[in-house]
Amino acid sequence: MLSPDIIALLVKATLDTLHMVAVSGALGTLIGLPLGVLLAVTGRGELLESVIFNRIVGAVVNIARSTPFIILVVAIIPFTRLVAGTSIGTAAAIVPLTVAAIPFIARVVEGAVREVDRGLIEAAQAMGATPLQIIVKVLLPEARPAIALGLTLAAVSLIGYSAMVGAVGGGGLGDLGIRYGYQRFLPEVMLAVVVVLVVLVQIVQSAGDWLARRFNKRHLKV
Amino acid sequence: MITLEHVEKTYPARGGGGAVTALSDTSLHIAPGEIFGIIGRSGAGKSTLLRTINLLETPTRGTVRVDGVDLTSLSAAQLRHARHSIGMIFQHFNLLSARTVYGNVALPLELAGVPKAEIRKTVEPLLDLVGLADKSGRYPAELSGGQKQRVGIARALASKPKVLLSDEATSALDPETTTQILHLLADINRRLGLTIVLITHEIAVIKEICHRVAVLDGGRVIESGPVFDIFAHPQSPVTRSFVDPVINRDLPDTLRARLTGSSAEAGGNPVIRITFTGDRATDPVVSVLSRRFNIDANIWHGQVDEIQGAPFGTLVVELEGAADAIGGAVAFLKECNLGVEVLGHAVPGHHRVAG
Repeated sequence: MLSPDIIALLVKATLDTLHMVAVSGALGTLIGLPLGVLLAVTGRGELLESVIFNRIVGAVVNIARSTPFIILVVAIIPFTRLVAGTSIGTAAAIVPLTVAAIPFIARVVEGAVREVDRGLIEAAQAMGATPLQIIVKVLLPEARPAIALGLTLAAVSLIGYSAMVGAVGGGGLGDLGIRYGYQRFLPEVMLAVVVVLVVLVQIVQSAGDWLARRFNKRHLKV
Repeated sequence: MITLEHVEKTYPARGGGGAVTALSDTSLHIAPGEIFGIIGRSGAGKSTLLRTINLLETPTRGTVRVDGVDLTSLSAAQLRHARHSIGMIFQHFNLLSARTVYGNVALPLELAGVPKAEIRKTVEPLLDLVGLADKSGRYPAELSGGQKQRVGIARALASKPKVLLSDEATSALDPETTTQILHLLADINRRLGLTIVLITHEIAVIKEICHRVAVLDGGRVIESGPVFDIFAHPQSPVTRSFVDPVINRDLPDTLRARLTGSSAEAGGNPVIRITFTGDRATDPVVSVLSRRFNIDANIWHGQVDEIQGAPFGTLVVELEGAADAIGGAVAFLKECNLGVEVLGHAVPGHHRVAG
């Protein structure tokens, strides 16, 4: 059985993980969502076509997306120090998590917005809507179910990434698993960490599915 | 109300293909309060033509005037404002799935910055008008196709437009629903004096509600005029191909074989085609012929229909009787403002077979 000390550590680590995922997820959405919308509406033949902007932002997003997370964490340590004042601990881990979340969320949102029927954009244009109105009144509400699922996917990925920052002293469940489970040969701690992670992912996924279903008015019973 | 002058639309070459001309030198004048139909096969340029009226498609050349304003000369902001007075409905309705019926109809007003209370005052009567007052809180996914198009119509009318553009609005609907939607459009046209421009590939739609029609082929208007005239006197082969199934002008081959051009052959009764295009066409002419002129009218072939409430169609009949009686009958038909055309004479021996 787990000792009370270990349980206290487990609770603290869980809260740290939730903290990291919540903050990086929120910041990532704050920047990634508008970025994703911009990527979607600046493509060729789209509402605010701007091929050069689209190519440049798209390339930056691709570079960030294709860099393995563990390398990203190490590569941006100077930047992390600049922002968080330190390169270890929970606060420091939020920086690379956010940097990884932004392009991820941007691509997910871009895909969701592109899925919106072009006919709706045309209808709104025929009504005299401005591009901003089309984004706010048409594209975002219509893409909301897909965006909710995309953000859920991002949150689940962030839970996984947050476990990885444990390897570089980031704190949270991954850190606990590595230091106690692996380095101190406490398989029951490792198991407990995995169980908590599985439960967290399960809860996040269910909440996201529920939200997407609530937003989706496309498949109602007649 | 709407004037297109020498409008041309060319799509630039892309991916190895040459430039595509969707419309070439198209001019149209559409009067206030009329229902104007544009018919053509797919790829004829109907959709492009309709979209140049609200400048969803910017013409490569030419001018587009709606209600006296040259849309091609407007800035983006002015154009958006001008679009408030041009409503549009679509084949696939293009309703927002995340908004209720009420929310969809309210959308154009929200976009125009109308206050909430005023939106309510506009939307509710509109839902009444299209017969959906009880569906206000429903989502589009809960409605039938016909109901969705009614929402589309209410939405298009919300900003009190002067012009309504209809892009194959009934093409995705079953025949019965199509008729209902067309009647609704005709009713709106009468009640609100709204100018309606509709595109379709179905001649039945033109016949049902349009006042005037333009036939589009290969990006050109090849024929245009009052619907009745186009039906009565189609000029081009394309127009004929649309109109013929409705009016059945041609004689079937088996009947044609019984016709001879020469009247000299003994016993050949004259075969005439009566074209119903006049107001008096409702008179029971065939039975009048029999009674008044003492001749028998043997009906070979024909179809009589209504266009715009006026009877329209053709009857091919063989007249049997004394020569002067037949002459009198033909004169009587002409007097009734019916088209009369002697097609030839019935080949004797085949006599009555057709009856």
